[in-house]
Amino acid sequence: MRRVNKNERVRIALALNGRKLAAAAEPRTLLSDFIRQNLGSTGTHVGCEHGICGACTVLIDGVAARSCLTLAVQAEGREVKTVESLAAPDGTLNPLQAAFRANHALQCGFCTPGILMSFTDYLARNPHPSSAEIREVLSGHLCRCTGYAGIVKAVEEVASSAPAKAGKGDHASEAKHGGRGV
Amino acid sequence: MKPRPFDYVRPDTAEEAVALLADYGDEARILAGGQSLIPMLNLRLIDPAVLIDISRIAGLDVIADRGNFIEIGAAVTQNALMGWPDLKLKLPLLAAALPFVGHFQTRNKGTVCGSVAHADPSSEIPLTLAVCGGAVVLRGKRGERVLAADAFQQDMLTTAREPDELIAAVRFPVIEGKGVAFDEVARRHGDFAIIAVAAIADGRGEVTLGVGGMAGRPMLRSIVGDAAGAIAVWAGELEGYEDLHASAALRRDLLRNLGPRVVAEAIRCAA
Repeated sequence: MRRVNKNERVRIALALNGRKLAAAAEPRTLLSDFIRQNLGSTGTHVGCEHGICGACTVLIDGVAARSCLTLAVQAEGREVKTVESLAAPDGTLNPLQAAFRANHALQCGFCTPGILMSFTDYLARNPHPSSAEIREVLSGHLCRCTGYAGIVKAVEEVASSAPAKAGKGDHASEAKHGGRGV
Repeated sequence: MKPRPFDYVRPDTAEEAVALLADYGDEARILAGGQSLIPMLNLRLIDPAVLIDISRIAGLDVIADRGNFIEIGAAVTQNALMGWPDLKLKLPLLAAALPFVGHFQTRNKGTVCGSVAHADPSSEIPLTLAVCGGAVVLRGKRGERVLAADAFQQDMLTTAREPDELIAAVRFPVIEGKGVAFDEVARRHGDFAIIAVAAIADGRGEVTLGVGGMAGRPMLRSIVGDAAGAIAVWAGELEGYEDLHASAALRRDLLRNLGPRVVAEAIRCAA
């Protein structure tokens, strides 16, 4: 049984973008703050801090989740992936990022890291979503400057170039149920 | 926007979790998905002394088919249930309601039991549990008890759970050979519903209609015959609270409009 007392700073270890890292934090430290302030990866943005805006969305064991609604200690031992994991080491954008750039799917870019991580999870489950399904996933994010049309277009472009072998029928029915369980 | 300090405990078994609840009582909060609890902590609306994290307890992460009902364990996420292959066949009303619950991203973490525990009056899962006539399994050091949904949820964010009890599971009766329908009005898909409406038609002319967002808890009414007339009368009787998003009058109006449509859809499904 893991027990951490309030105000006690304990070592919390997790894998961030494939690297095993650890830092000291209190039980109340949010994963979003832990990633940015304790581990120094500032690609994940913090907006509303109550789960509405989606800017802080990361993958925890491959599943998109709000890092502001997760305690750092809850992610202990987990595999956390952030926007920094997407581009190649030489800076080459991955197909989703490249489609965002090509389709003007971002302006100030504040909300973008979270949106990219949501669709990284979703497109892995459902590589050929309908426009309605894309909008449904996007409803979990707020963008206050560019608007959503370019984002939908970017995701559609990635979906249309994804290999067809994934079995569209299966994924379409999964998507109706909001994706595979965890 | 940051929580106040609290102790954190992550028990390995449900027995340990129950023992911790017995020690801490109402000083403790159960943490499973955290999608309702952590916003309240961040906004400092609540100030628990200790969080008991049950999300890694293996035995609680189970969807069990018990024949007449499906038992959903305390750590089962909403998306895990949406991906359960028998959902549409056995729990069609829940299958219709779950896409309205939060967003894809919050359903990845948010649990079915957590939504029932939180007892928001406009929340879809407690409404569905009430309309189906489901039940809540409560486990404490003194033993286990099963409460019907309408005895469990008492008012806004208020339930019959004793401070030393863990919601171990919820039970949804299997619905077969009946028509179901669910719909709601919200400012944005996935936001809290202004009102949510769920119906089960028995195929013999009787419809059980439930509404969330009109009172402190889901309200139920049996409808036979003229649905629009019956719902108009009922809407006038309900409390229909006011908040930032809607007046009581708007809520009544929405029920008068949405209610008959959902009833008609359930009857059409039953046929």
